[in-house]
Amino acid sequence: MFIEVSVELSGAQILVQSLKDEGVEYIFGYPGGAVLHLYDAIFQQDAVKHILVRHEQGATHAADGYARATGKPGVVLVTSGPGATNAVTGIATAYMDSIPMVIISGQVPSPVIGSDAFQEVDMVGITRPCVKHNFLVKDVTKLAETVKKAFYVATTGRPGPVVVDIPKDITDPNIKVPYKYPKKVTIRSYNPAVNGDKEQVKKAVDLLMAAHKPVIYSGGGVVLGEASKELTEFSQLLGYPITNTLMGLGAYPATDKQFIGMLGMHGTYEANMAMHESDLIIAVGARFDDRVTGKLDMFCPYAKIIHIDIDPASISKTVKVDVAIVGEVKNVLEQMITLIKDHKAKPQKKALEAWWQQIGQWRAVECLEFDRESPLIKPQFVIEQLYAVTKGDAYVTSDVGQHQMWAAQYYKFDKPRRWINSGGLGTMGFGLPAAIGVKLAFPDADVACVTGEASIQMCIQELSTALQYKTPIKIINLNNRYMGMVRQWQEFSYESRYSHSYMDTIPEFVKLAEAYGHVGMRVERPEDVRAALEEAFALKDRTVFLDIITDRTENVYPMIEAGKGHHDMKLRVATGTSTDRELA
Amino acid sequence: MRHIISILIENESGALSRVAGLFSARGYNIESLNVAITEDPSLSRMTLVTSGSEQVVEQIIKQLNKLIDVVKLIDFAENTHIERELMMVKVKTTDHTRNEIRSLAEIFRGKVLDVTASTYVIEVTGPSEKLDAFVAAIAQETILEVVRSGPTGISRGEKGLSL
Ligand SMILES: Cc1cc2nc3c(=O)[nH]c(=O)nc-3n(C[C@H](O)[C@H](O)[C@H](O)COP(=O)(O)OP(=O)(O)OC[C@H]3O[C@@H](n4cnc5c(N)ncnc54)[C@H](O)[C@@H]3O)c2cc1C
Ligand SMILES: Cc1ncc(C[n+]2csc(CCOP(=O)(O)OP(=O)(O)O)c2C)c(N)n1
Ligand SMILES: [Mg+2]
Repeated sequence: MFIEVSVELSGAQILVQSLKDEGVEYIFGYPGGAVLHLYDAIFQQDAVKHILVRHEQGATHAADGYARATGKPGVVLVTSGPGATNAVTGIATAYMDSIPMVIISGQVPSPVIGSDAFQEVDMVGITRPCVKHNFLVKDVTKLAETVKKAFYVATTGRPGPVVVDIPKDITDPNIKVPYKYPKKVTIRSYNPAVNGDKEQVKKAVDLLMAAHKPVIYSGGGVVLGEASKELTEFSQLLGYPITNTLMGLGAYPATDKQFIGMLGMHGTYEANMAMHESDLIIAVGARFDDRVTGKLDMFCPYAKIIHIDIDPASISKTVKVDVAIVGEVKNVLEQMITLIKDHKAKPQKKALEAWWQQIGQWRAVECLEFDRESPLIKPQFVIEQLYAVTKGDAYVTSDVGQHQMWAAQYYKFDKPRRWINSGGLGTMGFGLPAAIGVKLAFPDADVACVTGEASIQMCIQELSTALQYKTPIKIINLNNRYMGMVRQWQEFSYESRYSHSYMDTIPEFVKLAEAYGHVGMRVERPEDVRAALEEAFALKDRTVFLDIITDRTENVYPMIEAGKGHHDMKLRVATGTSTDRELA
Repeated sequence: MRHIISILIENESGALSRVAGLFSARGYNIESLNVAITEDPSLSRMTLVTSGSEQVVEQIIKQLNKLIDVVKLIDFAENTHIERELMMVKVKTTDHTRNEIRSLAEIFRGKVLDVTASTYVIEVTGPSEKLDAFVAAIAQETILEVVRSGPTGISRGEKGLSL
C-alpha cells in the first residue's frame, strides 16, 4: 500500500523545494540579510542552480531574457530594501512586455514590519503598479501554495511578473511544518479566457473574406501565446500582407514574401502605408501602442478593425475596434482557420492582386536602403553582416536606442523568441544581462547583444557574471559616441541643440572587456567588420566585446514624427553620402 | 456620466490599495468609495462612484476586473438598482431656529441623533441627490460639519452581485 509521508520542512527549505517541484532550472539572485535563511537552503542542494549577478537589476533582466527565449518563467531572488528596489526597473520592464517572472524578495521579520526597520521597504506597495499580482507571505504553512499561485498567475492568461515578498521569520530554519507542493491551484477570481466567442469569430471571418485591402497586424501576443505556426498558416491561407510590431518580430518569418516589415514609428514605408490605406485590419495579440498608431485620429482611417487579445483591457483601449475577440491567440486562430477552410467565399482574388501591386510600388521606395559607399562604418551594414555571419539563426538581445531599431530593421528574424528586447518600457541596460539569461538556456546557440556605448554602461558589471558562469556571448557595441536616439530627436525637433546627449568620457571598451576577463576588439573600418564578426563567433567559448566605431551622424529611417499619421513618414534623403553631413 | 460600480473583492490586506492605486495611476475620477465586509467573511463589498466618457468607464471596468483580487463587479448604470447614502450634518442651533431645522429634517425623513444647547446632529439617508438637496436647504452659515458615506447600491429583484 502507498502511504503518503508528509515531510516537515522549514520555510527556507519549502521555498527551495517548491521551486524544484515547479521545475525551476535557474534562479538569478543576490544575497542579503533578509534572505540568508534562503541562501543557506540553496547552499544545501544543487537541483536549482543559482546565478549570482552583480546588481539586482541584472538579475531581473537575466531572468527576463531566459523567459523570453524559453517561454518558461524567469525566477529572481533578492534581499529586502535596496535589493528589492534595485529589482524594480527589471520588474517594470517585464510587466510592460507581459513576460512571466516570479520575483522572490526578502522582507524584514513580520513583527517589525511597519517600524522602519533596517532595510525595510514596502515591496508590495512599491511594485503594485508594475506587477501582474503580488503576495506578502504571512504564514509559513501557506508558503508552498503561494509559490504555486505565483507561478500560475505569472504564466497563464496575459503573462506578467509576480512578486512574493517573504518576511525573514517565515524562512526560520527552526520552525518546520508539513510540506506538500500543490499539483494545481485555482483562484476563484481569476479565469483567463481560452477560446474565442463563436459568433465573433464568424463575424471576423466574414469580414476577412470580403476585404479588398486587408492587413494582418500581429504582435508580441503571438510570441507569448506560442502561436507562430497558427499565424503562419492563417496568413498563408489568406495570402494577405502581414506586418509585425517590434515585439512580434519572428512570429512570422521575415524572409517570407507576404511579410511587409515592422510597422510604426520606425517601421517600413510599405507597412505603414498599407495600414493607412487598408480597409480591414486584423490585430493579433498586439496592443495598439502609441509607437505603432502614431496620431490616433489619423490611424487607419478607412479600415474596419478586428482584434484578438487575451486581455479584454487591451481591446478598444486606445483604438475603438469593430469586432473584439477575447481568447488565446492560438485557439482563436485555429477556430478561424477551420472556418476559412469551410467558408463558401474565398479571398477576393482581383482586389488582392491590385492590393499587392500597390504594396509592390511602396516596396520599390526601398525605405531601408542606406549609403553603402561610405568610408565610415554604417550601423545598418553591421547588422546585415551579423545576420550573414550567424546565418540568421542567432538569439539577438538589444538595449535601447538607435541600435535597437537597426537590429529590428536589418536582422530578419524567421523564428519567434529570437529577438529579445525591451519594447514597452525601453530599458537601457537590458541587453547584456538578458543575453546571459538566453545563453544559459541555450548554451549551444549563438547569442549576440546589440548595444550602444551609453546603454551598455548601465549594466556593464554583468560582464563579470558572464565570466563566472561561462556564458560566451558576443557584444556588438555600435559605438556612435552619442546617445544616438536622443541626439536624433534633438536634431529633428530642437534645432540640433545636443543637450547632454553625448559623454565627454567614454571608456576604452577593449580594455574594460579584458579587465573583466573577456576578449575585446575594436573595429574602425567597414572592410574589417565581417572578419571581426567571424572571428568573434569562432571563439566559441569566449565572450567577445566588439567595439565598432560607427558613423556618428547616422539616423534611423523611416520615421513617423510625433503627431503625424502613418502616411506621413520621414524618409532618408538619398543624395550623396551622409558622411558629408556635419553635425551642427 | 456618473457610474456606480459595486465590487465583490477578496477580503485581503492590500486589496483596497490595489483599487485606489489603479484609479490614481490611470488618472480615473473617483467621487466616492466605501468598503465593508459581507455576509461571507472572505469577501468585501466595495461601492465606487466614478464618472467619465463611455470609453473611459469601459476601461475602468475592464481594469478593475483584471485585478486578481476582484471577484465580480456590476455597473449599476445599466441596471435598475436601489441607491442609499448616509449623511450626518452638525448644525448650529438657537431658540429661533430649532423648530425650523427639525421640520426641515422631517420633510427629508431625517432624524435628530444628538442635541446640545447649541447644536443638532441630523441623520439623513437616501439617494445622493436627496442629501444634496437637504444640504442646500439648510442655511449655509449654520452648517458646522457634513459627513457622508458615499452611496452604496444593490440591484432590485433576483438579479444581483453574488458568487
Ligand atoms: C526606441 C523604441 C522605439 C520603438 N519603435 C517602435 C516601432 O517603430 N514599432 C513598434 O511596433 N514598436 C516600437 N516600439 C515598441 C513599443 O513601445 C511597444 O512595446 C510595442 O509596439 C508593443 O508591441 P505589441 O503591440 O506587439 O504588444 P505587446 O506589448 O507585445 O503586448 C502583447 C499583447 O498581446 C496580448 N497577449 C498576450 N498573450 C496573449 C495570448 N496568449 N493570446 C492573445 N493575446 C495575448 C496582450 O494582452 C497584449 O495586449 C519601440 C520601442 C522603443 C524603446
Ligand atoms: C534607463 C533609461 N534611461 C534613459 C532612457 C532614454 N533613452 C532612450 S535611447 C537613449 C540613448 C541610448 O544611447 P546608446 O545606448 O548609445 O544607443 P544609440 O541610440 O546611440 O544607438 C536614451 C538616453 C532610456 N530608454 N532608458
Ligand atoms: Mg550611442
